[in-house]
Amino acid sequence: MLLPNISELHTIAVYESHGGYEMLRKALSMKPEEIIDEVKKSNLRGRGGACFPAGLKWSFMPKKTDKPKYLCVNGDESEPGTFKDRQIFEFNPHLLIEGTIIACYAMGCTMAYLYIRGEYNKWIKMVQRAVDDAYARRYIGENILGSGFSTNLYLHRGAGAYICGEESALMNSLEGERGYPRVKPPFPAQFGLWGCPTTINNVETLANVPIILRLGWETYSKIGAPKHPGPILVGVSGHVNKPGVFEMPTGVLLTDIIEKYAGGVIGNKRIKAVIPGGSSTMILRGEDLAGVTMDADGLKAAGSAVGTAGLVVMDEDTDLIKVITRITKFYYHESCGQCTPCREGTGWMFKLLKRFENYEASEGDIDLLLDVANNIEGNTICALGDAAAWPVQSMIKRFGDEFEKRVMKAAESVRAETAAV
Amino acid sequence: MLSPRNLESLEALKSRYQSPQSVILAALWMWQDEHGWISEEGMKYVANLLGVPYHHVYGVVTFYTMFNTRPVGKHKIEVCTNVSCMLRNCDRIINHLQDRLNVKLGETSADMRFTLVEAECLGSCGTAPMMQIGDEYYENLDETRVDKILAELK
Repeated sequence: MLLPNISELHTIAVYESHGGYEMLRKALSMKPEEIIDEVKKSNLRGRGGACFPAGLKWSFMPKKTDKPKYLCVNGDESEPGTFKDRQIFEFNPHLLIEGTIIACYAMGCTMAYLYIRGEYNKWIKMVQRAVDDAYARRYIGENILGSGFSTNLYLHRGAGAYICGEESALMNSLEGERGYPRVKPPFPAQFGLWGCPTTINNVETLANVPIILRLGWETYSKIGAPKHPGPILVGVSGHVNKPGVFEMPTGVLLTDIIEKYAGGVIGNKRIKAVIPGGSSTMILRGEDLAGVTMDADGLKAAGSAVGTAGLVVMDEDTDLIKVITRITKFYYHESCGQCTPCREGTGWMFKLLKRFENYEASEGDIDLLLDVANNIEGNTICALGDAAAWPVQSMIKRFGDEFEKRVMKAAESVRAETAAV
Repeated sequence: MLSPRNLESLEALKSRYQSPQSVILAALWMWQDEHGWISEEGMKYVANLLGVPYHHVYGVVTFYTMFNTRPVGKHKIEVCTNVSCMLRNCDRIINHLQDRLNVKLGETSADMRFTLVEAECLGSCGTAPMMQIGDEYYENLDETRVDKILAELK
């Protein structure tokens, strides 16, 4: 539904010939609050990582205000292991545009900004062509399809900063500031872009909106996992035979995703570990995957999170210390530097992990590493601190033996050296 | 200086935002496209153009990793080394590039043709290992493919 196998669907003519923009027409004949209600009842939850109910988020926007209202579309996609929104930009940009305009109408936004990461310039140009075509057919702009409703959609190119995918950092970036997250409250619906009411939605979330209107909330809400329904784009990477982005209903078994969608593990090796939803989500042991499903509740029960549904598969030969060191280096590099626990803590964790990687760690370093992670979690303005702490905490909890082995080897080499002297 | 064409587009972009400061990234992109990197002169020019303090532009430029704050080679090769690419042996691609270009990670070749850097996740995890050169993504890399790509670069 999000990525149907239709050739040339990215062109407006083919998109229209498959019923494209009919849901915009339908939406414009409805009352805005009816659309919000439909999305609420569909149980659509945000696909950007936090799984927040989309309709509820929309309903936070004030109905009466003398300020302009804005919609920001979050296409900053930078979470390691995540590469799904790019597929929408390339293969179905009009679905995103249609969903965005419907959302603007439902919330009364007169302007939407689609923020796309700077590295995706090739895809920015593709989406821009689609937006230009949509303007030409009067799906965007003044008096859309004669309804009297007007809104604009502008693309905004980032310049390389993971943190700009955090909603308040994204707004600061749009305002021409450094991408620093803001303290909440006030929340964006009250005080967003330039202090005006603003909603921020992920690309895939908005692409679901025309699907909800087409199927009706009742049918949509029955797709996949009841509390987190709908189609979902799952990106599978790492040690699998057929990596890629696969569309499926929520609630599919992780083992089925790996075996049936991604062609199984290379060389039929055992799975040592998976990261289920992008690098921020807690790592799971391969032998604990039985029965775990790709949806918010399924992964919560398994002690992780669905995140952005970027599933990274690691086979039995993977050096997990190397993996967690690389992931931590990422958060160290991407920390915006505002909050001390995150700015300093990510660096300390990286340094400590380097000791493990180089067989230089001592017994107390495991507790020290955990202590640093625990002191970052929950002590920062935005969730980047948590996102840096969770992979480390879960790695120690579920693969403590990997750390201990490194410490033992380090101790052995010290003993050998002392003996030689 | 920015070209008259870019200045004109920048003016048009300003009308899209409540504050002209919002076009700062666009202006910096234009400067980098025209000059290859963003010098102190570039930052002062953009500050003056948008009526914001120089220190503000400096703060923005140094916050975003895609802005080059010193000259780079004609082709900036960015190899993703994050987790999915690491699992698919991006180290081999980097070693190969270092050998072929005779530069180390983070360096620019003496003839200013190539700069080799490591990148954070570029959103291409299903086609790892990969690298970006300019706007183009080169995916599912192996040594042979890297050689072919290098040969085709002008």
